[in-house]
Parts: sequence; C-alpha cells; structure tokens
Amino acid sequence: MAQTSLAEENASIPLSSSQSITLRIARYNPEHDSAKKFMEFNVPYEKWTTVLEAILEVKKHFDHSVAVRYSCRQATCGSCGMIINGKPRLACFTKISELNSNVITVEPMNNFPIIRDLAVKFERLFDTHHKVKPYLIRDDTEITTNTKEFLQSPEELEQYIQFSNCIKCGLCNSACPTMATDSSFVGPQALAQAYRYVADSRDKGKDDRLKIIDDSHGIWRCHFAGSCSQVCPKGVDPAMGIQLLRGYMLGFRS
Amino acid sequence: MTNQDEHKAGIGGMINPRRYGIERVAYLLMRLSGLGLLAYFIGHIYETSTILKGQVGWNEFLELTQTNAGHAILAIVIAMCVFHTVNGIRVMLGHGGVGVGKPARPDYPYIPASQNIRHKIGIYSAIILAAIAMMYGLAVMFGE
Repeated sequence: MAQTSLAEENASIPLSSSQSITLRIARYNPEHDSAKKFMEFNVPYEKWTTVLEAILEVKKHFDHSVAVRYSCRQATCGSCGMIINGKPRLACFTKISELNSNVITVEPMNNFPIIRDLAVKFERLFDTHHKVKPYLIRDDTEITTNTKEFLQSPEELEQYIQFSNCIKCGLCNSACPTMATDSSFVGPQALAQAYRYVADSRDKGKDDRLKIIDDSHGIWRCHFAGSCSQVCPKGVDPAMGIQLLRGYMLGFRS
Repeated sequence: MTNQDEHKAGIGGMINPRRYGIERVAYLLMRLSGLGLLAYFIGHIYETSTILKGQVGWNEFLELTQTNAGHAILAIVIAMCVFHTVNGIRVMLGHGGVGVGKPARPDYPYIPASQNIRHKIGIYSAIILAAIAMMYGLAVMFGE
C-alpha cells in the first residue's frame, strides 16, 4: 500500500475559502522574453494567508513553472523579497488581508537583475556587503588573549544590535532612489552593515571601512530619502545607520 | 550589463513619490527645486550679462520680468529657494547624524526612528514656508 506524507496530502488540497483575490504574477525569462508580462490567477485566501502562500498555491494548482525563491517562510532567511502592490516586501511576511486590495500584483525586486519571474540575482548585494568587511577587525583574537571573550557592556551592545538584525533580503536596495539610477552605488544594506561594525566596541577596523565608503559612489550618494528604512522587515533602519556613519566621517562622532 | 539587464527602476522609479511617505516627496521636491534654481541661476547670469549691451539692452531684458509670466516664474523661484533652504538645513543636520534617533532594539511593527516627527515637522515647515513666501511674492508683484 502506497503511503503518502501529510505534506503531500496537504499539497493536493486547494485552499478552500469564501474569499478570493486576483493574484497578478510578473512572468519574465531574460533568455526568451523581450518584456515582462503578467499572468492572473484567482486564489482563495484566509485571514492569515500570506502572499508567499498564495504564490505557492498557484504553483501547486495552476502553474508550477512560476519561479520564486523562498525558504524559511518566517522572515528570517530573506529569500522571498519582491515588489508587492508597488512596494518592496517579504512575501512570507505580508498577509493578503493587510493589503486591503482584491488585486495583488507581485513583481521581481527593482535594482536586481532578474533570473526568472520573481527570482533575482543577489551577487551584487553580497559583493557590496563583503566590500565593507562585515566582520570584526583587530590584531588579537579571543583565543590568544587571556580572557575567554571580548567583554562588552549592554550600552555598547545597544549601539549596533539593531543593525545586526539585517537578513540581506535586499528590500532596502530595491526601494533606494539612488540605486534606481546608479549601478555603482554601494547601497543602504552595505552602508548599514558598515555602521554595524564601526559602532561595535570590539572592532578596530573603523578607519579601513570609512576609507572604503568614502567614495563618489559610496556614502555621499545617500540623500536621506529614508525609503530603505520604511521597507525594512526587521526594523534595521539603514537610513539611521548611514547618517550616523556619516557623522563619523564629518567628525561629529568619534 | 545594460540598465534593462540590471532591472533598474530608472529615473521613473527615482522620482516616484508614492508609497514611501512625505520623506520621499521631500526628496523629489529637493531635486526639482535644485534643478529649478540651477536653471534660474544660469538665466540670471545671462540676464545680468545684458548690461554689457548698455542701458537700453539691460532695460529691455528687465522688462521681461515685469510681465505676468515673469512674475509667476519669480514667485516659483521664491518658493523653490525657500523650500530648498529650509529642507536643505534639515537634510544637512540629518547627514551629520543630528535628529535621526538613537540605535535601539527594534520592536514590531518596526517604525523607523530616523523617520521621526522632528523630520516630518521639518518637511512640512519647508513646504508651508515656501507656500507663504510664494504667496507674499505674488501679492507684492501683482498687488502693485
């Protein structure tokens, strides 16, 4: 007798609800298509249904070829960033009911090259993230010193803990008006991470990092529009980090 | 890699003021007023250079600013100048880390501290002062 798992059984049962929305999914394959086009699906939903669940519903029951990247489904992995009704959001963190619309349009994030449909390339984000040296820089290590760990007061921790919440989802880079036109701009994600390490009392690499971002396409291209902070799903507030970082460069902070 | 390959939002995405609150509107107005003032500055230099053609040339060109269209343009320049100045002071203070809040553990629903009420007041003040200055300018120019 063939056995099926609970997950497989659930996958074959469509969501049943009296409510439904029209889900418009952007379809685009750079290898074949010349322009983006939209496919519409009527998807039932409950009060708690997320946009990601609606997309997966489409994949299960209507069109399995829709390309979407996702993993944790709980706003931790940062994989499912996309433009939902015109604004960058995490699909797993956005409930359909909170959008107050009968039509939900999902598109790939702006300012990222498209792989296919809703999946975008993250290479550049990871490159710029790596460029600002996202690790503690100092000559000694916790292994060579007598202490087991580098001590830090709660007040010192507060200076950067907010910025360590970044999940590299790329929503901030997608919302940034400078990134909309400047291909060389470091971007709010990397700049916020530069601040995260500069503000860490254990780090000694401040001068190195400030040199890296002191560039015509670096921190000076941020014009404090604040859109990055408005779309961050983890409350990182990159705009604050960037302005505080600029305070270091202008000599207002030390 | 072309702009299309990179899927850049482009100029349209940059200047789109919707969905990101008053801060993005201020960002757009700052750019527009900056470009407007640059155009006025170039026009102003050209205008004052007509003095080289003598008193008659200078007076002829000056008459252009005494028309209804000239008054309307000057009123817009006044508004752009006031908005750019007041909002510029707000942005400069923000760039120095002044008034952007302090880092803290974020709590849901994660309202960004950098987009605080002080900055919103600064933006609305810039818009209101620009409107008042423009109306005063219009009253002076058309009230004669």
